Amino acid sequence: MQLKADDSLDWTAKPSRQPMRILVIEDDREAAGWLIKGLGESGHVADHAADGEEGLNLAIEAVHDVLIVDRMLPKMDGLSIVRKLRDSGIKTPVLILSALADVDERVKGLRAGGDDYLGKPYAFSELLARVENLGHRANQAPLETKLRAADLEIDLLTRAVTRGGKPILLQPREFKLLEYLVRNAGHIVTRTMLLENVWDYHFDPQTNVIDVHISRLRAKIDKGYDEPILQTVRGAGYMIRAS
Amino acid sequence: MPARIKLLRTSTFRLAALYLILFAISVAALLGYVYWNTAVLLERQTDDTIRAEVQALADQYRIRGLNGIIDTIRRRSNDDRGSVYLLADSKGQRIAGNLVKLPAIPDNTASWIEFPLDIERGPAREHHIARAFHTDLEGEFKLVVGRDVEALRQFANIIRRTIFYALAIALVLGLGGGLLMSRNFLRRVDAITEASRTIMAGNMSGRMPVQGSNDELDRLALALNEMLDQIERLMAAMKEVSSNVAHDLKTPLTRIKARVEAALRSGSEDEYRSALERTVDESDRLLATFNALLSIARAEAGQARQNLAVLDAGAIIAEVVELYEPMAEEEGGTLVCDAPGGLSVLGDRQLLSQALTNLIDNAIKYGAPPGAAPQVAVTGRIDADKVIIAVRDHGEGIPTEDRGRVTERFVRLDASRSRPGNGLGLSLVAGVMKLHKGTLLLEDNGPGLAAKLVLPLHRPSS
Repeated sequence: MQLKADDSLDWTAKPSRQPMRILVIEDDREAAGWLIKGLGESGHVADHAADGEEGLNLAIEAVHDVLIVDRMLPKMDGLSIVRKLRDSGIKTPVLILSALADVDERVKGLRAGGDDYLGKPYAFSELLARVENLGHRANQAPLETKLRAADLEIDLLTRAVTRGGKPILLQPREFKLLEYLVRNAGHIVTRTMLLENVWDYHFDPQTNVIDVHISRLRAKIDKGYDEPILQTVRGAGYMIRAS
Repeated sequence: MPARIKLLRTSTFRLAALYLILFAISVAALLGYVYWNTAVLLERQTDDTIRAEVQALADQYRIRGLNGIIDTIRRRSNDDRGSVYLLADSKGQRIAGNLVKLPAIPDNTASWIEFPLDIERGPAREHHIARAFHTDLEGEFKLVVGRDVEALRQFANIIRRTIFYALAIALVLGLGGGLLMSRNFLRRVDAITEASRTIMAGNMSGRMPVQGSNDELDRLALALNEMLDQIERLMAAMKEVSSNVAHDLKTPLTRIKARVEAALRSGSEDEYRSALERTVDESDRLLATFNALLSIARAEAGQARQNLAVLDAGAIIAEVVELYEPMAEEEGGTLVCDAPGGLSVLGDRQLLSQALTNLIDNAIKYGAPPGAAPQVAVTGRIDADKVIIAVRDHGEGIPTEDRGRVTERFVRLDASRSRPGNGLGLSLVAGVMKLHKGTLLLEDNGPGLAAKLVLPLHRPSS
């Protein structure tokens, strides 16, 4: 399905990036090199460890905001690193990278203490969105009952949505979709992240059905407002403006 | 190993030998008991009788003197009941009794003796054996009292022979039976060993021989055969996947290579950019194909079966329909859903959702007559012990002759060739159904296609 003519396709949409310090534990030096270059270009600082033991030694210092851990590593595998970190009480968010990407493997990764799981090969934009999502999720106050982004407000208890004080009526799924986008306001959310977190589907539908859901949501929250709040980031995904 | 030694080593033979020994011991004990209670006891009774008579005659002699004893001996000799008597003087001359002459007696005062006895029965003369006790009486008289024990001896002989033959027959039968049984067992085990060697040598179509008696060896062979069938299916699936991968992934790879090489030759930056962008698109498609192939192979191999959980198929239908409903509406069509509660199945939510997604995706894409909007209905119902999920459209359907073919990997019908897709959607659905012990039915919806997922209904008790 073609992308529809999209009036809010915003070429200048830039996520609000807090520079993060990221540790990449990956034994393929070339892949690690590209990853570190990309993270650097996105405004982050990345360290590299080429085997499991070195990775664990660096990670245990707990100076990083996010860890990117490959599952298969020399000396110590990725899941053992994550388990050891969690056992020693270090809660740094971990994104596990693996060529073993089916649901069972994913569940194993998350059970070991990983926070997110991404199958190889991945698109860099997907990885960046997930890493940034992990980074800012760690800084979030978890017991918030009201979420805000620009002039949009969501009450998680009454499930009421208002924009500029005017109420907006949403279907349950639209509410979930908006909630996830607003929780990540200012950060890019990919279509796969939406499928995983809003629908709990860990497979790729043949057609990009998410776009239609987004344009429906957009019709409800952006129609009649000068400044669109739900933006499409080309080649990456969607983003709710934070301010 | 020589065949004979191998035979003796089989567990059946050892078991048979053990039983044989136990059986022989019990037979011997039983017959021994019978022998003791008949032959031995009878002989002892005879001895007791003889001894009592000797005592009685000796008493007669002591009380009534010679005439008394002679009188008694004569009387007793006349009622011939197999008893023998003889009273002789010191020179061995007969005084009274039914014995003609004194048998050879040892040179002591009293002891047991046995001697031949000729019996005349009419014209015939029989040689019998007599057992007797001789004792010296006061006055140098010799007294011999005995019985004809021929019948007793013959009876004892018969019993002894019977014991011997019974034991011999039991041993021969037991040994022969054991050998026969273990040879039969060994032959079948050898056949199974031979079959497994053939299979190990690479002949995957080989199977264990089954006799049809449904005994434990047959059950073992059947279980092994089932295992081999599953292994063979797995290997065939792997082979098919790898040859498909080789064929259908090489084509786009060749395209990528050609495009990149052409761009490099051109030296223009615009060409570079366009080639790189198209390479990214093409590799995404390749990756999707690759992932789909892996999912199909995994579903077909049944590896994920242990992860199945009890699910409400109605909820799965509602969720997937909810995901696709906006898309159907966007196309100007409708997607409606009708599923009651209680459609309980044992399944994998991700795989079942993905299968249903593929069917609905197909129905929205191809399920309308040219120029019209898709009208798709998804229903769920229980039919006996099955849960049937049906996706119906009003498009051109699938021609009957193609229905078997469309679930094969990479098969695309002409009508769909112009649209994006990899020809793996229905293969995945079929694979997912196989994993769930269900079937995918493609039927005529008159007009259109009715794609049905038939799954076993899960009952809490089972």
